[in-house]
Amino acid sequence: MSELDKSELDDGNPDGGVSLPDPLELPEMKPDAMKDLHSFEAAPKHETDLGFPGEQPDDWQDVVINKIGDLRQRYRSFRVYLDSCVKCGACTDKCHYYLGTGDPKNMPVARQDLLRSVYRRYFTLPGKIAPWLVGARDLTEEVLEEWYSYYHQCSQCRRCSVYCPYGIDTAEISMAAREIMDSVGKGQKYCNEIIGKVHAVGNNLGMPGPAIIATMEDFEEELKEDTGIDIKIPVDKKGADILLVTPSADFFAEPHIDGLFGYAKVFHELGVDWTLSTTASEAGNFGMFIGSYENMRKVSLRIREAALELGVKRIVFGECGHAWRVAYAFLNTLAGPWDFLDPAYPVPQHICEFTHDAIRKGKLKFDKSQNDHLTMTFHDSCNVARATRMGDKPGGQFEIPRAVIKAVCNNYYDMDDNTIGEATVCCGGGGGILTDDLMDIRVKGAQPRMRALRKVTEEHGVTNMAAICAICKSQFSKVLPKYDFDMETIMSVHQLVGNALIMSDAPREEDSEPVSDGASGEETASADPAA
Amino acid sequence: MITTIYALAFYFATILLIVGLAYRIYEYATVPAPLNIATTPAPTTVPGVWLRMFREVALFESLFKSNKWTWIFGYMFHVGLALVLIRHLRYFLDPRYVPDLLWTGLELVQPIGKYAGFAMIAGLVGLALRRILVNRVRYISSPSDHLMLLLLIVIGISGMVMQYIDRTDIISLKNFFMSLAYFNLFDWQPLPDSLPLMVHLTLILILMIIFPFSKLLHAPGVFFSPTRNQVDNPREKRRMVAWTRAIESGSGK
Repeated sequence: MSELDKSELDDGNPDGGVSLPDPLELPEMKPDAMKDLHSFEAAPKHETDLGFPGEQPDDWQDVVINKIGDLRQRYRSFRVYLDSCVKCGACTDKCHYYLGTGDPKNMPVARQDLLRSVYRRYFTLPGKIAPWLVGARDLTEEVLEEWYSYYHQCSQCRRCSVYCPYGIDTAEISMAAREIMDSVGKGQKYCNEIIGKVHAVGNNLGMPGPAIIATMEDFEEELKEDTGIDIKIPVDKKGADILLVTPSADFFAEPHIDGLFGYAKVFHELGVDWTLSTTASEAGNFGMFIGSYENMRKVSLRIREAALELGVKRIVFGECGHAWRVAYAFLNTLAGPWDFLDPAYPVPQHICEFTHDAIRKGKLKFDKSQNDHLTMTFHDSCNVARATRMGDKPGGQFEIPRAVIKAVCNNYYDMDDNTIGEATVCCGGGGGILTDDLMDIRVKGAQPRMRALRKVTEEHGVTNMAAICAICKSQFSKVLPKYDFDMETIMSVHQLVGNALIMSDAPREEDSEPVSDGASGEETASADPAA
Repeated sequence: MITTIYALAFYFATILLIVGLAYRIYEYATVPAPLNIATTPAPTTVPGVWLRMFREVALFESLFKSNKWTWIFGYMFHVGLALVLIRHLRYFLDPRYVPDLLWTGLELVQPIGKYAGFAMIAGLVGLALRRILVNRVRYISSPSDHLMLLLLIVIGISGMVMQYIDRTDIISLKNFFMSLAYFNLFDWQPLPDSLPLMVHLTLILILMIIFPFSKLLHAPGVFFSPTRNQVDNPREKRRMVAWTRAIESGSGK
């Protein structure tokens, strides 16, 4: 089998230069290498806040079995996927966590089997009469621990689902597994504490309304310093046309803030009446990560309430990956119908769709030379790539962000085909594992992306990578240095837009002609990417 | 005696296969899909989904993207099996009751079906070798995964033996199955006495019986896979099922 040793193919590059590893190079298998990685468990309060039991009940095994039985009646995906896997192995080399760790339980099928083995034991005839024959096993305390460990080493990125001949999506299984664990009080601190904050305060940060208003005032001053004009970031503005729902990381983290500045500049230049909301101040919806329909719905309803209260006509989402999945694919179901919004626009819209539309209509002018110090590539965020769309056509989620980048940058190169588009490799921090106690798996899981980035930097002189996901941006800021990149290599797409956008009401420093393409006549809109 | 045992066993296995499969399909069809989880890029129209499903089922598109070896072996096996099954229809149908055109078609498949048997066995052997030699696939295999391939390989080989080495009295065999098919209860035509035939029929009986209880359910399962059969239209179409509606109206859990 050629399969057996793919590393033979990795014999350096033909130029005789540095030998670069294939981004998807197979690791040596190391059974149970990541078995002891155990993220912090939720405290009883984190569980009860979300409607889960605070302590593990004595009859936890019965509760778990009943929960599996319940979920197989509620979700066709769960039911069909537990039955259908033929163990063909198509997914075994597709997970970035397997590629990064070599732990076979990070192969998608093996991750599913942690739960499927229990399902088979209690719900299928062969598993009941001959468990040894079909890989069925009893539900024990060790099994539960194993679930906790490995179902928090999945970023629910769906790369495996692209390659499965039956479309089996491990994300569905890991969401179900987390919901099952929550049903016996065994939740994860990171996710559940954050969801509690959204329920109580309105965003993942737990940033109260007055703090958001004060921060936006500071940002307006910064924008004034940068551009010389009064660019507003309105908050809770009643009667605004557009409600912008963006990840709260856009309020405090780099390079996220620069993305927020980019949105503000675009809105300002177009003269759009927009607002943020202090109560719906979070695009992210961690309810999805823990597979809880109820929590996901509750978080989503905040957006509906804010839209009604502010009387907006449209909803636009900022740069956020899993958020865009919940927004694009689930929001209509969870918090719709949206019949009170302007039917001329899709609900919701992605900020890239919004900007792209304005660019296409010629409403925005750019001085691309402002980004000439950069050579860009684009990281397709997993959930945007494989669970959503932008625009009218399938694949718009790949084309539109690239079209926006290319409209504002002169230098752009894609990474290897098998690491972008629908085949994109996850940043390594998605799906509820962006927490320091899981740093080990985060760094290892980023390896395929880091190698693909290394390749494109060596081959095309790429200096920076843009993304449209708050998790990707935070994750890369942390792991880039571990792979000898500068942490500022990662940028927001709207940071690039903001850099190049020509603000028509900006004060002119020289009486030069308006710039059409390339020439740098105005430096009004420049924002230092490293600021 | 042997004839009676096989006759009863075939009735039992056929009923189990049909009822079992129908029940599974009923289950898959009635479990709701509360959210749109199509793996994108996905078709935005229903005909588009039909086309995607056709490519998945007829060409194994996703598997092709994933791994060429598994695709080649899997494809040889499945297409080989399909042709062999069509070829076998001859043994269960009475030409007097089959439209001429169909019968001509069946006759045309006969020679192809012979060679398809080789493709099927070669594909299966390839899959079995992968399962043993590739450490990732070996790791995820249970005894049943190996045995399933072995079962199919022996079914194939025993069939080929009857074709090329130890020819069975195919006329008597057809008479046996015709008497089953036309419910000549307890007046079955005798099964020809042949070891490879006994092996072939016994293993097929086992295959039919385990079908509704095993991973062979991937056959109906693929059609119900939400990531493949959903239309990418969540912004336009609001999805609601009974239990999510109950939550919305405040009466559900």
